[in-house]
Amino acid sequence: MPELSPAEWTAVELSLRIALVATAWALPFGIAIGWLLARGKFWGKTVLDGLVHLPLVLPPVVTGYLLLMWFGRKGPVGAFLYDHFGVVFAFRWTGAALASGVMGFPLLVRPIRLALETIDRRLEDAAATLGANPALVFFSVTLPLALPGIIAGVLLCFARALGEFGATITFVSNIPGETQTISAAIYTFLQIPDGDAAAGRLVVVAIVLSLAALIAAEWLGRRASARFHGE
Amino acid sequence: MLALEVEKQLGALRLAVRFQIAGGVTALFGPSGAGKTSLVNMIAGLLKPDRGCIMLDNTILFDAAKAINVPSHRRQIGYVFQEGRLFPHLSVRQNLDYGRRMSGRRRDPTEFERIASLLGITHLLQRRPRMLSGGERQRVAIGRALLMQPRLLLLDEPLASLDAGHKGEILPYLVRLRDEAAIPMVYVSHIAAEVRQIATTVVRLDEGRVLAAGGLELLAEAG
Repeated sequence: MPELSPAEWTAVELSLRIALVATAWALPFGIAIGWLLARGKFWGKTVLDGLVHLPLVLPPVVTGYLLLMWFGRKGPVGAFLYDHFGVVFAFRWTGAALASGVMGFPLLVRPIRLALETIDRRLEDAAATLGANPALVFFSVTLPLALPGIIAGVLLCFARALGEFGATITFVSNIPGETQTISAAIYTFLQIPDGDAAAGRLVVVAIVLSLAALIAAEWLGRRASARFHGE
Repeated sequence: MLALEVEKQLGALRLAVRFQIAGGVTALFGPSGAGKTSLVNMIAGLLKPDRGCIMLDNTILFDAAKAINVPSHRRQIGYVFQEGRLFPHLSVRQNLDYGRRMSGRRRDPTEFERIASLLGITHLLQRRPRMLSGGERQRVAIGRALLMQPRLLLLDEPLASLDAGHKGEILPYLVRLRDEAAIPMVYVSHIAAEVRQIATTVVRLDEGRVLAAGGLELLAEAG
């Protein structure tokens, strides 16, 4: 591994923190939305499905712009969150996490929804006859059985969040030490003379991290499904 | 005692059934498509009747007129399904223990030991359901339903998924259960020979209706 300068380390550390926070926050929402899409019967389900997938098809710059409009200090949601909770997204790493989470969200929801759709509902009935109330059925049967899908979604979302560029730079700009992730740093280094070497080092880091995420996904997924198919 | 009077439209089949059963083993006997499984699902609370009421030992489980429908998890009715339905992500021990954990009862090792040895599954406790034979799986399913301390035990063709050899492996356990445990049972089957071995009372069903209710002599009439 090539030596990284402190500035480069900062970008790497920031990227990891942003991707982790984004994925952790997205996960409960991802499970809830995945469950609604898999099980819910309600008016507007198609609209919800479309909204969830929007970040996948919109130009990331557009998503970033929309986030800026809504979650900026003067945006309706951003102003509310600042006034009531003191939370600021604009030009902060938290905003980068929000943008990454939104971009990764469709990739998180999809495998979770698929996993929930393929669960044998009759096992949930069996759990109910054994005295488990609906919440217990969900946590003791549904969720564990959906685990391989949840793991796949988490890793995809994390990987997407780690590499997010367009929406992040549009929403929270490219501030070293605050919102300058690996991708943004590579972009910046390529703009300055003699930045090639630094950019190259970060490219290596990006490849290593992405591969690690993939291998982790594979390993965890196999462990989870081994639990169901006997070890 | 279980008293039941229910109606339900199930596609083309109109189910309209009324009967009362006391203790012992009552067979719901009839050809496939007679509505037997739908009926036990209603008793278990997994299927809602259109009309009628279901009572168990003076408590109302369902009453359409009074808009009462006790949810499955509060009925305390054990259910052994045709295909076992063991939880694939849990070990045999955890499967057996599931009902106790969900209702928050205290661990009772003596009772656990008693049921496990009654069903001959003590050597399987660490295994996953995937690693069990069909017969072993059904025995665990029976144990799981018994260990939740049911007020009534429903068995929906528990031998249907087994080959002849394994059927013989389960029946003696069920007979022992009938003679040793004081839990009333409802046993669904379309096979007279099976019913003859286990049942004390017979309710004959066909096309969603009760044809007759009485003793084992009803099996002879069915041929």
